[in-house]
Amino acid sequence: MDNAIVATHPHTHETAVAAEHEHIVLPQHRHHFETKEQQREAATFGMWLFLLTEIMFFGGLFFAYLLYRNWYHDAFVVSSNQLSIPLGAANTAILITSGFFMALGVWAAEVQKKGLLVLFLVLTTFFGVAFLGIKAVEYHEKWEKHHIPGAHFDVSEFINPQAYGLKEKPLAPDMAQKTQVFFFLYFAMTGMHAFHMILGVGLLFWLTWRANRGEFSSGYVAPIENFGLYWHFVDIVWLFLFPLLYLINRHPGS
Amino acid sequence: MSEYHDPSNVINPEHADHHIITPVTYGIVFATLLVFTGITVGAAYVDLGIFNPVVALAIASFKAVVVILFFMHVKYQSKLIKLTVASGFFTFLVLITMTMSDYISRAWGLW
Repeated sequence: MDNAIVATHPHTHETAVAAEHEHIVLPQHRHHFETKEQQREAATFGMWLFLLTEIMFFGGLFFAYLLYRNWYHDAFVVSSNQLSIPLGAANTAILITSGFFMALGVWAAEVQKKGLLVLFLVLTTFFGVAFLGIKAVEYHEKWEKHHIPGAHFDVSEFINPQAYGLKEKPLAPDMAQKTQVFFFLYFAMTGMHAFHMILGVGLLFWLTWRANRGEFSSGYVAPIENFGLYWHFVDIVWLFLFPLLYLINRHPGS
Repeated sequence: MSEYHDPSNVINPEHADHHIITPVTYGIVFATLLVFTGITVGAAYVDLGIFNPVVALAIASFKAVVVILFFMHVKYQSKLIKLTVASGFFTFLVLITMTMSDYISRAWGLW
């Protein structure tokens, strides 16, 4: 089949492809792509180029973490132990579940099951919002304990941990101040991650609305697929944030 | 064109045919991710010395690769997409390694 020629005549092309594949050709098939596969690949390629910029963007934050963890290791050990592993682990599981439903959503769009697609998008949104809810609980705890960097940051429990019932090594006042660096990075990294999730939830509402109108039930799945890539990428960022922020210093001896 | 699956893209190296991953595969991936989340939490409480961060990062990297290959479909994409993804992470590693080697060697011999 010579797509290069027929593609310049949409109607001829449509009937030719419909006859060959026995399904309706998409109105979304743009004339400057030779085949559906090429159009799909171009969309995926473009999305990945965007995600590469996101790798570099988050990468800067990860590099800052790596560097300051080396410089102020003792402060990082103590302040990392302030984070709640149960909440962090629960949130990891919740986010993986959200990603699982997103993957199922892409499948539902591909096999053109509109009801399932809407259901899976709603479940993805639900678990995404649950993640943000737990994050808010954690942020609130930091607020109450004066662990938000700035004028009200309180280092007394890092200088004298026994008085607060903590089994940590007391830090010298100058090193105790460096716990602010950890908490700054904690809020910068999880905050930027949460910001991506808030944007994602907004996009999910929009996609669910469109899916409910049947826009992705005819084989046109690029918006769902590309959003899936974005959502999974944000998951991956958390897969690294969780061990780096919550787990790595759980053993002060290491 | 979609008579059979051509995973290694031999027939048409320019464009990969579209491959639909089944919910069963997604389920297996989902279970794997949850199990390894449990393992990474457990490993954090075991004193492995300097290997604690190494193990934690190795598990996180493994989970990330599983997500990229299956949830993000990269295993079934064309060589163009695979190369794009790989080059992104490779470039990031090069940047981290070169910048870090500068920082940690600045006070070399002064401690």
